[in-house]
Parts: sequence; structure tokens; C-alpha cells
Amino acid sequence: MTGAPTTTAIAPGASASPAPDDILLRLEDVHTYYGQIHALQGVSLEVRRGEIVTLIGANGAGKTTTLKTISGLLHPRQGKISFEGKDISRTPAHQLVRAGIGHSPEGRRIFSRLTILENLKMGAFTRPQDEIQGDLDHVFELFPRLKERISQRGGSLSGGEQQMLAIGRAMMARPRVLLLDEPSLGLSPILVQQIFAIIQEINSSGTTILLVEQNALQALIVANRGYVLQTGHVALSGASADLRENEMVRKAYLGE
Amino acid sequence: MTAVSKPQAQSPSPWARLRSSARNHRSITILAGWLIIAVGLPLIVLIPPLSTFQPQSLWIDGFSNAGVFILLAMGLNVVVGLAGLLDLGYAAFFAIGSYVYAFGASPFTATQIPFWPMLLVGALIAATLGLLLGAPTLRLRGDYLAIVTLGFGEIVPAVFLNASSFTKGTNGIGGIYKPTLFGFNFTLENPVPYYITMVAILAVTMVLLYRLQGSRLGRAWMAIREDELAAASSGINTITTKLLAFALGASTAGLAGVFATSKLTFVGPGQFGFQVSFTVLAMVVLGGMGNIWGVATGAFVIYTIQAVLLKELNQFFQAIHAPILQNIDFVQYQYLLYGIALVAMMLLRPEGLFPSSRRREELHVDSEDISDIPPPTEALGQ
Repeated sequence: MTGAPTTTAIAPGASASPAPDDILLRLEDVHTYYGQIHALQGVSLEVRRGEIVTLIGANGAGKTTTLKTISGLLHPRQGKISFEGKDISRTPAHQLVRAGIGHSPEGRRIFSRLTILENLKMGAFTRPQDEIQGDLDHVFELFPRLKERISQRGGSLSGGEQQMLAIGRAMMARPRVLLLDEPSLGLSPILVQQIFAIIQEINSSGTTILLVEQNALQALIVANRGYVLQTGHVALSGASADLRENEMVRKAYLGE
Repeated sequence: MTAVSKPQAQSPSPWARLRSSARNHRSITILAGWLIIAVGLPLIVLIPPLSTFQPQSLWIDGFSNAGVFILLAMGLNVVVGLAGLLDLGYAAFFAIGSYVYAFGASPFTATQIPFWPMLLVGALIAATLGLLLGAPTLRLRGDYLAIVTLGFGEIVPAVFLNASSFTKGTNGIGGIYKPTLFGFNFTLENPVPYYITMVAILAVTMVLLYRLQGSRLGRAWMAIREDELAAASSGINTITTKLLAFALGASTAGLAGVFATSKLTFVGPGQFGFQVSFTVLAMVVLGGMGNIWGVATGAFVIYTIQAVLLKELNQFFQAIHAPILQNIDFVQYQYLLYGIALVAMMLLRPEGLFPSSRRREELHVDSEDISDIPPPTEALGQ
């Protein structure tokens, strides 16, 4: 597989190059494989400080793989990932947590036999345990439900509560960029609204967010910019508002 | 679902007060517990019917041997119970510790390094080999790791068997020196010094293991056992953490090997077959994976049944001329009995006799809770 597929930047604003120090995270022609399977076939994208950026696309387009490649759970075979100007293509996951990349993985993956408090403390594993009280309070402010159930086992929570716990756990490491993989999956419509509101709240307090979503409409409402992934490469990118108006997006992902 | 129930604070009974202070001073509690056990066990065996089975000195000697298995079970518990890595070749590290002492203190190699430093040397060499085995294999998970460790458990005794110019092959190395302490010589006639040494090793090991379990490393083990991908996403270096569990388990087995060899004064490749790995694993599972005291008790119970009670059962049935039963040699059938016991345990009490509180919940959750527990860890996605 060679040659970057054509990427259409539909919004004039999106192609204007921002100041280089403004770019927090940049992927350049990233190729990731599962064994022989060529999952990412040259993904290039960038996330600027303070943004919410969303990745949308069909099942198997490579959204989760992109997040895993960024957070170091997978490594690209080709291409470059840089975070705050440093090349992190080969950095293992646990070091990236310290570096400031938080990942709330697909399927929540909370520690089901640990309590909520233990789950959150595990999220702050990289930090001195006597400095995390403020972060715990912050997470409980965002998710009062978690505080009510602080000593309940993770596995006994409802799907929505588990999702809150997964986000809260990732927040405990004080990430500068938070990768969220399908936070709305399997939640009731009311909970979906809540989760998206909280994502905006987290963002407004200074955390940059890269959001992978099946719920393209909601994602494009909260995000500043978006990328559409198709079979392992970026098919389309631009400001969310423009993507919402784009005919192909409307047909394929917004169900119109 | 209510929040965790706190003990009533108004008027603590003496018992409750004792319990809470035991929690706060765990190390001292463990040491005190072992002191009571060390004094109590030799006295208990003076009571019939235990006193009729065998004389007190044989009992004490047997307790030291049981201690070897308790040590092995506590070490394997770190690997299997705390970090969740299935190791079926654990006897390999026991073998390594044993041979290290044989090389360091026997007429065969014409060296006589004292027993006490050899305890450390044996533990360190076993730990090093644990790291060497772990480094390439710990990327495997579940069944695959079990198969590789099973192979390693077979290879190590085979190497000791075939490297006969270094190990005297199948004959084994005999005449290994016994420990001495400030001019006092350990002898086979007096089992008490070995017994005291063993209890001291067990007490110190248990204190260290409890401290580790509650430490940052212990939390990392717990996270990996629960969900390896989520652990990595929480900033835990999964490779190093698993390696440390492996090395620590190996070093405990090395310690056990040095002690056992100094007591038996002989080492041969036939002592470290799969049945040793299996027996220790059965002890961990039956005792209650993850609970250090539970595992130690499981090891003690199984060893005592195997070494003493099965023999007594034979004699008992023969003495009363029980039909059929008097013709069965229960000692021969011990692995059959283990198998039956393991199957029965898995059906009736899968968390073991003395489970850690977390395991108990895992296996006996209220039915309303269980539907939400996600499936066990999948592959890391490599």
C-alpha cells in the first residue's frame, strides 16, 4: 500500500495552517497492522490545543485502531506520531500516560472487581497518591453518581455509570489530551446527552479531546473539527459545521 | 446496594479492638501469629489421636517439610493469585534453588559456602532465571503462557539429568552439607533447628509478601490480573510488572530449594517432576488464590494429608478389616484424590477454602450484579 489517499479538506478554515506550537498531536501518514491486516493505511490528522476533534466512520474504518496507535497500545509500522513536538511513534503506553495522553478505551474496560474509588485511584497510578484528592473531587463534581456509589464494585454499575467511571479514571492521570472511544455506546438517549455535555465541560476546563463516535451527529455538534475515516484512511476532514452540511456525510453517517 | 458497612464504633468489644489493631500492625500480627504456630504445633501433636500416629520428633520434622511447600505455595500465589499468570512449571525454580545449594555446599564440587548466604544466592539465581524465562514469554497470555511454563518445568530437570558431568545425572548429588550457626551443627537427629529456621523464613517471607501486596506494585498486579489493557492505559508498565511477579515467585521457590536440599542433603533430577508443580498449584487453588494465609493453610493441610493421614488411613482400614477399603493403598492414589478434590472444589467452592474477599465476590456475586460484569480480558490487540 503506497500513496496517501486523497483527502478532501472541505472547509477553507481547516486547511489554514495554525501556528506550529498550537498543534498538540499530529499523525503523519500512519500505517498500523494487526499481523498481516493493514488496518490504518496512511492516516494523517492533527489535534490543536484546546480543541474537541472527532473521528467518525463506519465499523472497521480504523477509528479504534487510530486511538490505540496514538496511546501506544499499538505501534505504527510506518509514519510518525508526534505529541507536543516529540516523536512518540515507538513510546510504550505507560510512558504516554505520564507524558499526558489519557485513553478511555473501547468497551470501557473498568476494573469490574475493584470499587469505584479503587478504579479511580488506579487511573492515577502514575501520580503520587497524596496529591490526587483534588482530582478525585473534580471527577466527583463531574459525575456525582460516582460519589454516591464510591465503594461499590465497578462490575455492579450500570452501563452509563461504567462509562462515567471509564472517563473519570482516564481523567485521574491529568491528561492534556483525552482519547475517548465510543463514550455513548449502549447508553440511553438521556445519558448520551449527559455524556456529551460532560465531554464539553471537561474540554472547557482545558483538556483537549479526541473523540471517536458512532453517533456522528452528536459528535459533530460538540466537536470543533472532524475527520471521516474510511477503510483505514481519512476520506474527509473539516470543521464540524461544514461536515454536517456535507452531502456524503449526511448520506452515510447521519442517515439522511 | 448500600455503601460498605462500617463496624459500629460506639462500644468496641475487646475482640473488635484486637481485630482493628491487628489490621493496623499487620507485620507484627503476622510475626506473632507465626510465633504462636511455632510453639503450638509441637504441643498439639502430643494430643491423641495425633500422638499415636508418629512420635513428636517425626511430626516436627514433617512440619519443616510442610514449610517447604508452604513457601512454594506462597511464591506461586504471587504469580498465579496476585498477577494472574498461570505457571505450570513452577518446580523448575525449586530445582534451580536446590542445585544451587548442592553446587555451593557439597563434597562433589569441593566447595562449602555457608547455608545462610546461600539462601540469598539461591533466591537471587532463581529470580534471575525467572527473569530470563519471563522476558520472552510473558507477552503470551493465558493458555499459551501455561504451555510455555509447562515446557520450562520439563526442560530444567532434563538439563540437570543430562548435564551429568556437572550434576552426576540420575544419581544426583549426595552428602550435601547441613547448615551451621555460630558453631552449632544442624543434624538429622534433631529436627528442631530446621523447624525453627523454617518458621523464621516463613514469617519473614509472609511479612514481605503482605507488604508487597499492599504496595504500588501490588496494586499494579491487581490491575493486570483484572484487565491488562486497562492497566496499560492507566500507566502501568505491564511487562515489568509481570516480570517482577515472575521473578519474585521464582526467588521464593529458590529459597525453598536451598532449605529443602540442606535438610535432605541430597538432590536428584527426579525430585522436580510435574507432580511438584501440580501439587503446589493445587495447594494454591484449594487454599484460596490471592489470600496469603489461605494459601499457606492450604499447603499445610494438603502436605499433612499426603504425608501423614493417607498412611494412617491405610492402617486404620486394615486394622478394622474394612471390606474393599483395606485393600486400597491411599498413598498410591494421592493424585487421584487431588483430582477428585479439585473437581469437587471447583463445583462446590471455586474460590478455595480461605478466599481473598475479592475472589469470593467474583465467584459469588448477587445475580443482579453478574450481568454487568464484562467478559474476561481479551488479547491486548496485538
